[in-house]
Amino acid sequence: MNIKTVCELLSARVLCCEDRLDTELHSACGSDMMSDVLAYVKDQSVLLTGLVNLQVIRTAEMMDMRCIVFVRSKHPSPEMIALAEETGIVVLTTDKRMYEACGILYSNGLQRAGQD
Amino acid sequence: MSEPLVFTFDVDGENFTSAGEASVEVKKRLRQLGLPPDIIRRVSIAMYEGEINMVIHANGGRATVTVFDDHIEIVLEDRGPGIADIALAMREGYSTAPDNIRNLGFGAGMGLPNMKRYTDTMKIDSTVGVGTTVTMTVNI
Repeated sequence: MNIKTVCELLSARVLCCEDRLDTELHSACGSDMMSDVLAYVKDQSVLLTGLVNLQVIRTAEMMDMRCIVFVRSKHPSPEMIALAEETGIVVLTTDKRMYEACGILYSNGLQRAGQD
Repeated sequence: MSEPLVFTFDVDGENFTSAGEASVEVKKRLRQLGLPPDIIRRVSIAMYEGEINMVIHANGGRATVTVFDDHIEIVLEDRGPGIADIALAMREGYSTAPDNIRNLGFGAGMGLPNMKRYTDTMKIDSTVGVGTTVTMTVNI
């Protein structure tokens, strides 16, 4: 599944790196606890979160994640968007809640992160 | 055998917002050296967790990353309160972080276990009231 499809499925808005929407995603992780996110490494992941601070972007960068989706209409700060832009991480925001957003992506074939 | 490359960073303990900057910088430099992506990821995640710990618990400290021919060594030194029971601190889910840190997405008791998970060796030297030194290595 590519980021463009994620965007369409979640009726999300793109906040940065619009030129990277054709990037393929192989797994996803939904969490507000960044240490839990850091516990599982998987290539080409998308992070879904309701947490809004700079550490979300840094965590995604450490994990080589390609995309972050902010759920529940959470909106990252300009500083966060600038950092994501610099790193090349696509940032999306959706009105959907975490459970629903994860469910939609999972049922459309995007499997969980951390599988070995 | 070539001369090892050493990167040193002061980790600012005053500001949680800037926590992780040193790890981002290390990741950048290791990429420039052309090291394999999974090695870079393991080093930077372990260092990032350590850096966050130093900010939360120890009011900052010093991070030194040395790149040898066959491994990378990360040394994190602080003059924080020290760890009284290291075995307990290593247990997944155990945390002494305050609630405000949990609201920021950390303090789940996964930091030290994650650091161990991503490195080949990890050693903690800690004295209560003096400080803590964590030494980790990742084989290349």
